[in-house]
Amino acid sequence: MTFNDLLSLGPLLNIAGASVLAMLLVAIWRNHRLVYYFTVLAYLLALMSVVPVARLLPHEIPPLVVIDLFALFNSGAIVGSGLIIVLLSYNYFEEREERKEEYYLLLLLATAGALVLVISRHFMSLFLGLEMLSISLYGLIAYLRARERSDEAGIKYLILAALSSAFLLFGMALVYGFTGHMDFPGIGAYLRETETLPVSVIAGFGLMLIGIGFKLGVVPFHMWAPDIYEGAPLPVTAFVATISKGGVLVLLIRFYQDVNGKEYTMLWWIMAIIAVISMFAGNWLALTQQNIKRLLAYSSIAHLGYLLVGFLSGAQSGLEAIAFYLVAYFVTSIGAFGVLIVMSSSVQDAETVEDYRGLFWRYPWVALVFTVMLLSLAGIPLTAGFIGKFYIVMAGVDGERWFLLIMLVINSVIGLYYYIRIIAMMFRTSETPLRTYIKPALPLAGNITLGLLVVVLIGLGVYPTRMMQLIQEMMTLIK
Amino acid sequence: MILLYIILIPVLGALLSWLTAARNTALCRWIALCSLLLDLGIVTAIWLGNGAAENGWLYHLQAPWIPQFGISLHLAMDGLSLVMLALTFFLGALAVLISWREITTKTGFFHFNLLFVITGIAGVFLTMDLFLFYFFWEVMLIPMYFLIGIWGHERREYAAYKFFIFTQAGGLLMLLSILALYFVHASNTGVYTFNYFELLNTPMERTLAMWLMLGFLVAFLVKLPAVPFHTWLPDAHTEAPTAGSVVLAGLLLKTGAYGILRFVLPLFPAASQEFAPWAMLLGVAGILYGGQLAFAQPDFKRLIAYTSVSHMGFVLLGAFAFNELAYQGVVMQMITHGISTGALFMLAGVLYERIHTRELSRMGGLWPVLPGMGTVTMIFVMASLGLPGLGNFIAEFLVLLGSWQANRLLTVLAALGLVVATVYSLRIMQKVFFGQTERQYTLPDLGLREWLIMAPLVLVILWLGVYPQPVLKTVTPNTENESVKQKAESKKPTAGNLFAPNSFQHKKQPL
Repeated sequence: MTFNDLLSLGPLLNIAGASVLAMLLVAIWRNHRLVYYFTVLAYLLALMSVVPVARLLPHEIPPLVVIDLFALFNSGAIVGSGLIIVLLSYNYFEEREERKEEYYLLLLLATAGALVLVISRHFMSLFLGLEMLSISLYGLIAYLRARERSDEAGIKYLILAALSSAFLLFGMALVYGFTGHMDFPGIGAYLRETETLPVSVIAGFGLMLIGIGFKLGVVPFHMWAPDIYEGAPLPVTAFVATISKGGVLVLLIRFYQDVNGKEYTMLWWIMAIIAVISMFAGNWLALTQQNIKRLLAYSSIAHLGYLLVGFLSGAQSGLEAIAFYLVAYFVTSIGAFGVLIVMSSSVQDAETVEDYRGLFWRYPWVALVFTVMLLSLAGIPLTAGFIGKFYIVMAGVDGERWFLLIMLVINSVIGLYYYIRIIAMMFRTSETPLRTYIKPALPLAGNITLGLLVVVLIGLGVYPTRMMQLIQEMMTLIK
Repeated sequence: MILLYIILIPVLGALLSWLTAARNTALCRWIALCSLLLDLGIVTAIWLGNGAAENGWLYHLQAPWIPQFGISLHLAMDGLSLVMLALTFFLGALAVLISWREITTKTGFFHFNLLFVITGIAGVFLTMDLFLFYFFWEVMLIPMYFLIGIWGHERREYAAYKFFIFTQAGGLLMLLSILALYFVHASNTGVYTFNYFELLNTPMERTLAMWLMLGFLVAFLVKLPAVPFHTWLPDAHTEAPTAGSVVLAGLLLKTGAYGILRFVLPLFPAASQEFAPWAMLLGVAGILYGGQLAFAQPDFKRLIAYTSVSHMGFVLLGAFAFNELAYQGVVMQMITHGISTGALFMLAGVLYERIHTRELSRMGGLWPVLPGMGTVTMIFVMASLGLPGLGNFIAEFLVLLGSWQANRLLTVLAALGLVVATVYSLRIMQKVFFGQTERQYTLPDLGLREWLIMAPLVLVILWLGVYPQPVLKTVTPNTENESVKQKAESKKPTAGNLFAPNSFQHKKQPL
């Protein structure tokens, strides 16, 4: 390994190293605050180590990984989101759990897994990253052992993730067995040469799609999402919703590009069907949901459907749209869960819609942040979510996917209903409290983080030019 | 730059009034009022300065915003925009005044929303970039949603939802059309742009043009509202607070009409021609159906809301008649309907403050108690039914004159709408001010503030009825270079000189 190899892996090495150090730190002196600061520092260093890599692009370390602008951009997004999640975590765990230090260890490991995913272009590194991510998540999801739904969520995720990994492995084995390649470009080259694909390779792709679909939480592999969202600790839910799904989606895009997926109409149709039913099922199930965590779980299923529409548009702008939408979605989701985190007290999570009744008149700041986040999820102007949705619709029109677009429009309108429902609840004026309100913790650090997210969200919504330039540069490279 | 200031002043006012409200609610109201009056002053100054004389575009502002997509901050003002802006700030200022006593809770947030809606509306009237247009189109929804949902009457949340979802659905279809137009233009010329002036005259296939036109039209028909899409309107108007109803009826509906005049007709001239009979039919259906429903309403505000459906039918009828007379009638109708319906909603609000009901059956015999209010209501009821001498008459007369040339049968049916209007309008007077007194009221008549609101409205509606020339002249230059170009070359008289002195020789109509 040369120095440049090491340098280009900077973010990953930072996070991975930090997880080892954090483990030692916990063994020597168990102190929540110390581990917290250490983790924040590790994320900051990892974020900074993204910068020098930019000069080396594109850098390949054959056969496992490639670090191009696309990978680097997503690494940055993952580390940045991880940092924000850590910032929001401290108070949440401080008041809940006795042994809270290992949480940071697991979070670092899971982040490292996601970082491996976005730079991998080989089945081995893919599986390595995916398992690192999943196994850390087993622990993270069931972290608050004392809570009743925590175990259920953990076990559910364990079984289903293991099952989906098995599908993925079997699929990869089939593909390898018949193509003789485990690296994406190699598989792509093989596919280009063969006229008719052997059935086993098609079956292999199908099985892999099941595995990936599970991690993305798209219909019909979505059953785990609401339970895990509900049972997991809130910062972990934010992690699952953003980094875990984002990392896998990035991987899917890279694989699709490398094997020239758009030439296979059957693959396109399967994904189109998945996209449409994800949008409908997600939005439909969210409509009458009373639990905000479950509602956000369903809404994220729908959002993955929107992302797939951009993906399936076939236009170059589709990939740009996904990258932009993903950033907007990261910021928005973390913001929304951040609101839930700061609103939750040590006694209970603020998770039912009813908990937010009249919030605006009691805690205007938090309610405003939540409103902005929900409007961004709904795709209303002045927010990043609007530009993201606009970008996706634009890609769809460019690729002339009218059917998918009409579905997207219908779903946007359905989606509007339940976002507005929460907003309406926050602005409802009830002078007589029907029930005792939860007493939110409202930690200072959490509020500052939320403020930052709002600024980013509105900044991207009003002046997206810089971000678009960056994304366009990056996408011309992986074409 | 002046155009940017026009938009920024209410934004600034919105933020300031929200911030000050915590300390001093009176100051917050004054800030809101002053910012709107300032804008009204600017617009009036522009109008008096060069509005009537100038041909074409008065001001222009273009700055890059998202250059990758060809999106720019592109504002421009012509006669039509100017007139609509004047109406916007005029009614906006009155809306602040009318809520002076009515809104006592969360005053700061109320004025923030009110001013933000008005910003969005002003933006819609000024922007010449389709992306920016969609942006403003959506921006006005959220604050309006809050206005209805927080300060409204009993069923406010239902109404607010319905309003939001209807308009959003229409808006998204328009977004698809905008984007399709963008790509069609790019594939023809290689230039990716949302610039309105460049997108004009984009050549495209007949069926494609029809679909894109329908995409735009749906958004505008929902806002207008035309008959199959009107069901959000009675709920939203009825449940909204008075200022909300005024802004909805007076201004928000006009954005739909404006959209048709500014975008649908010029962007897709051939497709709109082809669709014109259907659009006119929808207009006539709106006139008659809206009028009939208005007559049957037991609720004062709901009744006025349905009259809006009826009056907006004339706009649709005139807009698709494709001639200058009708076009000018449409613009007049937009303004006079804004004023007369706005005034009626204000009167309903003022009355509600006094007797705390909107039920017509519980009113009656109020004339002796409230003679001042009765007189003012009488004026606007007469305006609403189209009495000559008041603005609405000019508007409807011009629309009918114009549409006669386009489609006689529909015009005859639309003219029947005037009879319907008389019936429902007189019913207002009868039920509220005449007839049996149900109980003995001792109520204060209009106070100073209320007179200050009503007097300008009365003056304006009279002015428009007697001397509409300035308005017609201001909007006329536009007509020549826009929507009715194809047909305007014929020697048909324009309303501009129909009402001008010494132009009676033009009155010979080619009927």
